Amino acid sequence: MSRNRNIPVWREIGQSPAGKDGEHVPLLVVGGGPVGLTLALDLGQRGHRVVLLNKLDFIPGGSKAICFSKRTLDIWDRLGVGERMVAKGVVWNVGKVFCGAGDEPIYQFDMLPVKHQKNPGFINLQQYYAEEYLFEAVARLPNVELRRGHQLVGLDARADGVSVQVDADGETYTITADWLVACDGCRSSARDMLGLDFEGRVFEENFLIADIRVEEQRPAERWFWFDPPFNPGKSALLHKQPDNVWRLDFQLGWDIDREACERPEAVAPLVEGMLGPGAKWEKEWFSVYTFQCRRMERFVHGRVLFAGDSAHLVSPFGARGCNNGIADADNLAWKLDLVIRGAARGALLESYNHEAVVTADENILNSSRSTDFMTPKSPGAEALRTATLELAQHHAFARPFVNSGRLATAVSYPDSPLNTPDRDAWDRGVPPGSPALDAPVADGYLLQRLGGRFVLLADGVEARVAGVEVAEIDELGDPEGLVRARFDLRPGSACLVRPDQYVAARWRSPTAADIKAALERARGAQ
Amino acid sequence: MSRLITKPNVDDADSIYERLVELHRDKSAEESLVIQSRLIMLLINHVGDRDAVLEAIALAGRPNAAQ
Repeated sequence: MSRNRNIPVWREIGQSPAGKDGEHVPLLVVGGGPVGLTLALDLGQRGHRVVLLNKLDFIPGGSKAICFSKRTLDIWDRLGVGERMVAKGVVWNVGKVFCGAGDEPIYQFDMLPVKHQKNPGFINLQQYYAEEYLFEAVARLPNVELRRGHQLVGLDARADGVSVQVDADGETYTITADWLVACDGCRSSARDMLGLDFEGRVFEENFLIADIRVEEQRPAERWFWFDPPFNPGKSALLHKQPDNVWRLDFQLGWDIDREACERPEAVAPLVEGMLGPGAKWEKEWFSVYTFQCRRMERFVHGRVLFAGDSAHLVSPFGARGCNNGIADADNLAWKLDLVIRGAARGALLESYNHEAVVTADENILNSSRSTDFMTPKSPGAEALRTATLELAQHHAFARPFVNSGRLATAVSYPDSPLNTPDRDAWDRGVPPGSPALDAPVADGYLLQRLGGRFVLLADGVEARVAGVEVAEIDELGDPEGLVRARFDLRPGSACLVRPDQYVAARWRSPTAADIKAALERARGAQ
Repeated sequence: MSRLITKPNVDDADSIYERLVELHRDKSAEESLVIQSRLIMLLINHVGDRDAVLEAIALAGRPNAAQ
């Protein structure tokens, strides 16, 4: 029997039977959204036994997160599900910003300024498709057990593990685990049960999501309006999803009747104002939302780790919620793998805290700035916004100030304890703590050859170190010369790339001792 | 010939805008007008180019700041 029957159902999965009382597992994941599923898929593919608890016994409907960034697609590619997402998704790179009744954008941006990479800047895909594809990939792994309709009802965290009470459709059982990762969303039960903080800022503004089905011939671009005739003084957003579903988003104001705003008779004038009076459309999902920017002070609490919305929340402008959660899963999976296998000390997980907090802070900063531009809260801010939008129509200098959301890109960790600082001179390339750039190789793309393990991307390097696979550029092939160019590699140079495709170290002429020291550092030895 | 730069000329526009919004937080329209005027006087002196400043004044006064 499904709980939460007020949640729309995309696909029924069915209640899993209660687990064996008193069972012990190395890793328990709580939450079966995109973040929990990505983490379970990654650790499952590395051979770990994983139990994932999800309180829902179905995949929920409602498009929810729709914009998946290049970085998320690179991560899902590494896990073998990216191509399916891209094939179904609507690929887009360009965003346009309009003002007033004008037909010409006052500002536009390209989310894939660096060309010749496998994945696009973004795809749009309903969250239920993403969850379904992840679910099917996880379900193929015999060592990962997905328990649907299982709710966390008690959590006892100790220094060496956790003991958890689970309710499975009225039957309660206990399970113990060495590690628990809470991917259980913004109202995280695990966070509440441990009495942990979740501080931040509430924004006093309501927005309406109107996902509708309609035949529209507009391009697959992100269109954003300030002060359009169909929503005067406020903003609006139009975005294409698969299956002729379009995401329409309207700013509503603060003092409104939220329930009334979701009624079809209230939504229809906005939809028809944007698309024109003749449009034939039907409702897919309506939702009025407010938002907050918050995060926990720390994401690592002994044997309990937090990832995704349970740890941090942002406004939706910028696609920084779900993409941030996938980045967390990617960052955490290889570290947990090493720690569970006994190949790294538990201290390695402290670097997850550092790197995931840096990522969340960058997302919260950008999201807060966008929101402050879109919803000015003082007469001075309002006047600045008006002046900026007017100037931007005629003068290039004002356009970079126009902020309709800065969309998610991979975050760098320049001060990560896992980085080996540069010893040599580099003009450009990818510095330690930044994600590897993609580029064409002989039979595909570079990122397909990196990740999952430590790889030395090398341009004629003799040194060899146990635990580091060598990818020689001459063997990979560099048909466009872009691998060498993007990493600033010359004969004798090399980059050490982490399992999450981030650069840990680079040298003009490394010795085996250099590589070994950087590897140990990247595995949390210092 | 125009001396006023109207092509992008500063880095990290978002961080500057953020500080401007912060400057006006919880201020009335009258207070903000004075604050904004102080800012303009400071910047005029820093720019130091009389012709560029006069051009900017003229441009700011036109409806919608059209060229």
